[in-house]
Amino acid sequence: MRYIEPHAHMVSRITDDYEAMRMAGCVAICEPAFWAGFDRSSVDGFYDYFCQLTDYEPKRAAKFGLPHFSWLCINPKESEDMGLARDVLGIIPEFLKRGNVLGIGEIGLNKNTRNEIAILEEHIDLAARHDQLILVHTPHLEDKFKGTNLILDVLRADSRINPGRVIIDHVEEHTVDMVLDAGFWAGITLYPESKATPARAIDMVERAGMKNLWLNCACDWGRSEPLAVPRTAIEMGRRGHSKEAVDALVYGNPMRFLSQNPRFQIS
Amino acid sequence: MTRDQVLDLYFMDARCKLIELAAFLDRVDRSEGEADFRLAAIRKALPLLSSAHAERAKSVLMALSDPTVVPISAATGKGACGAWPGATP
Ligand SMILES: [Zn+2]
Repeated sequence: MRYIEPHAHMVSRITDDYEAMRMAGCVAICEPAFWAGFDRSSVDGFYDYFCQLTDYEPKRAAKFGLPHFSWLCINPKESEDMGLARDVLGIIPEFLKRGNVLGIGEIGLNKNTRNEIAILEEHIDLAARHDQLILVHTPHLEDKFKGTNLILDVLRADSRINPGRVIIDHVEEHTVDMVLDAGFWAGITLYPESKATPARAIDMVERAGMKNLWLNCACDWGRSEPLAVPRTAIEMGRRGHSKEAVDALVYGNPMRFLSQNPRFQIS
Repeated sequence: MTRDQVLDLYFMDARCKLIELAAFLDRVDRSEGEADFRLAAIRKALPLLSSAHAERAKSVLMALSDPTVVPISAATGKGACGAWPGATP
């Protein structure tokens, strides 16, 4: 089996995870910028984090033979402070020049506030001006349905945005159709408690079709499972899906979306 | 897959989760004090499991979701709890 892990927060994981992912067939890892579990006190904290994502972490991944790519933004949990958010938006362009950066993400909403929406719009503007791919985080639990609707409204309001260059992540049964019907890519995140289990993820793929979907583990510092994607691939096999279908979902699809950025080269 | 194949793959897992849910409700009953809106949200979602139409997972998720459409003015916290407080008066 070969697979691409398109969404993992490796800065929060131990080296054993890299080794296990590689042994399970992972051929590349992509890491969106996210919340550290605490609020950073200034733009300097983000500067250091972006250095970690674009310099240190690729070197750590390379020790296990894994190409590492990153996405940059200030996440919605810290976007409520608009002054800080705008300071961070100001330093992103210099990091976009770094070789492993694939785009702007994971942007989106958390509690569906006016400030979060304003900063989301500014991230989308930044992505449009710099012709970047976009990776969107949708809110958690009870906030997801409302937040996904609001995010779609914001994206559709910007005529420069091509939905085929945007992936909206963490969809579940109540949001997957609205994302795909609007022409965007959809990501299914595999978590032990929230988001989707392997069985539900495959249900969604079987019902929606696998055209513009990817699976990810989004492993971080919370309860999460770095091998969730290969585990789900095995589950697909148990349901009778062909090796080719599994490969298309866990390798072909992320390859197709991410290759829209010519920097995404894996040998 | 045939229905029997689905049962072969998933029956024990579903049985386990069903008993866990029953035991959780018993545990809540045995405990003291008032329950907040989260228990009411689960009770409201339970009948959806025995409904005839085939979008039960989506229906349960919707029963636990904020259905409003207007952004809120400011966040009071960062987290989500899994049920929408506005669903119960
Ligand atoms: Zn994430």
